Amino acid sequence: MSLKKINIENNKIRDLIPQVLTIIVLISVIIYFATNAQINMGNRGISFGFGFLNQEASFDITFSMIEYDGSHSYGRAFLVGLLNTLLVSVIGIFFATVVGVFVGISRLSNNYLIAKVAEWYVEIFRNIPLILQIFFWYFAALRALPLPENGISFNDISFLTIKGLYVPKFIWTNFNIFLLSVISAFISIYFINSYSTKQREQFGKQLPTTTISLITLILIPLITFLFLGVSLSFEYPVLKQLSSTVYTFDGGVSIIPELIALALALSMYTATFIAENVRAGILGVSKGQKEAAASIGLNKNQILKLVVMPQALRIIIPPTTNQYLNLTKNSSLAAAIAYPDIVLVFAGTALMQTGRAIEIISITMLTYLTLSILISMFMNWYNKKMAIKEK
Amino acid sequence: MIKSIKNWILIGFASLLLVACGQGGGGAGSKKSKTLENTKKAGFVKCGVSQGLPGFSNADASGNWSGIDVDVCRAVAAAVLGDADKVKYTPLSAKERFTALTSGEIDVLARNTTWTLSRDADIGLTFVGVNFYDGQGFMVRKNSGINSVNDFKAGISACTNTGTTTELNMRDFFNSKNISYEPIAFEKADEVVQAYDAGRCDTYTTDKSGLAAQRTKMSNPDEHKVLPETISKEPLGPVVRQGDAVWEDIVRWSLNTMIEAEEYGINSSNASSLKESENPQIKRLVGSEGELGAAFGLDNEWSLRIIEQVGNYGESYKKHIADTGILPNRGPNQLWTKGGILYVPPAR
Repeated sequence: MSLKKINIENNKIRDLIPQVLTIIVLISVIIYFATNAQINMGNRGISFGFGFLNQEASFDITFSMIEYDGSHSYGRAFLVGLLNTLLVSVIGIFFATVVGVFVGISRLSNNYLIAKVAEWYVEIFRNIPLILQIFFWYFAALRALPLPENGISFNDISFLTIKGLYVPKFIWTNFNIFLLSVISAFISIYFINSYSTKQREQFGKQLPTTTISLITLILIPLITFLFLGVSLSFEYPVLKQLSSTVYTFDGGVSIIPELIALALALSMYTATFIAENVRAGILGVSKGQKEAAASIGLNKNQILKLVVMPQALRIIIPPTTNQYLNLTKNSSLAAAIAYPDIVLVFAGTALMQTGRAIEIISITMLTYLTLSILISMFMNWYNKKMAIKEK
Repeated sequence: MIKSIKNWILIGFASLLLVACGQGGGGAGSKKSKTLENTKKAGFVKCGVSQGLPGFSNADASGNWSGIDVDVCRAVAAAVLGDADKVKYTPLSAKERFTALTSGEIDVLARNTTWTLSRDADIGLTFVGVNFYDGQGFMVRKNSGINSVNDFKAGISACTNTGTTTELNMRDFFNSKNISYEPIAFEKADEVVQAYDAGRCDTYTTDKSGLAAQRTKMSNPDEHKVLPETISKEPLGPVVRQGDAVWEDIVRWSLNTMIEAEEYGINSSNASSLKESENPQIKRLVGSEGELGAAFGLDNEWSLRIIEQVGNYGESYKKHIADTGILPNRGPNQLWTKGGILYVPPAR
């Protein structure tokens, strides 16, 4: 009895020792590096600190979602870069998912042509390095676009030129009321959905939920236009001459070609991986499930929506999380084509102007780490939600 | 190709080096130079240069570097090691250059770098002199109808390099003119040229010498012109780490020797024959009078080797900048005695 107890305790201690030792070694290595860096920087007259974040940045940025010019601080420039990184990541993730799901399902199509086209797309875009694709979209595809004076016109309200895509600007009156109406529409849709679920579970009634939701989403905001004084007008881009052969567009919103090229390259590239995840997920659902669903009288759409997809999603989500993370991190290649993301603006220009390599690189690394962790947390939550719930 | 990843690795690595290299790395003794000792031990001068800027530092097909910045490195190698070819060149982007120097990856940075107060005072660097007086200008298409910077109008898009003083000058300039503009900053000069050439931007701005050199890379150089105005002072010069006063002096006086040699008419072919010259100043420069080298812990022939192996400043300028067609006219980079602003303290 007592011998056994000692043995167990011995085992516990034996297991604990290497772990404690590892932690001690790790901490001392970190302390060693930190003090060493401090001493070396001291010797070379380099100070360490984050005070520079409040200094005036004095450089301009092409494209910013918040108000920014060179008189703002480096901290503000960091924020501009971060928001630009987020913007291109969100756009990229959205299109990569849409294209990826579409191509993934297409690869399983019975139509030979559709399946083959999808297969070729995946094989081509997956196997060319991303940086080359970015250069292709930016330097090859962009070069083919016309100068502003002969820009490709869409109904004379939008123009595609080598300097970017110019689209009309929305000018709202009473935008707050409109926003409230959209929010209330979504709240109503939530209640409609839970009501219809209740109806189905209690009485087996199938309500046309999708149609009702759509009508709500259109109707409520429409009322604000008709009765509550909300109105929307557009400011169209207009061609402006700067000198005898130099033109640009004035007014409207300009979407810079760097953003277009980067978003295109990121989503086309990542979509191939998502497509393969989707295909694997659907193929991973056993044939018996579909046959069983068909035998109880569900139609093709219902089988896909109610039986195959819920099971396939469990296979699709974890690897797709990786792809979202990859896309976000790959967006740092933006620097190659002058899209002002966090790497170009902060770890590039700001680093150069201040010379604070250690501070800036650590902030940038921490930012990417935080972003990645947030994305994985969200996807893990979604994964849990989609997992089988035992009732 | 995968430029930004490479940058990251380099910067990360450089930071690590800074962290990991021994604690005695930079501390300067009273008369002893750690950098000089290390250079002698290694047998070569570790020199940071550009990734390819014709006239300043550019590698040919077989990897031989040349240019007026490269000649500064060669002069230091000739003075310290007796052989101008004993240089290890590290091509650096604008972004990497200062980290590479402060971390000890290189000992001399000769990479068309503008001398500014914040760079000199703030980040552990010391500028030792100026080997090229430059200024920022604008390039436009000839048919654009723009003949002066006063023809710029609001909405103009301007391409430039990121991480350089040009980015800051551009803002100051357009702000002072009260013109809104679209700044597009690329990491590599080649990409700026491509984007400007494609029509993404209406003007390309950088140092005038750079504009002249890059124009040769355009698909049709004759379609472009450089506007007459100069919007900034860009004194370009070699940089060393702060804290090693002896090494700093060696690099400074290697450059000064080249300029002063031109002033006294000493060049690579007549240097050794001038040992018996009547003029004591010339005799000091070729090492036959005085003990100038002793001050740095070098022998007395150090300056003679620089002139013989690298040549004087005029020879270097002619070979790399004038004869290559970049800037045939020396402009401010002429000796003070001939109407320029090259003026160095006397070597005595």
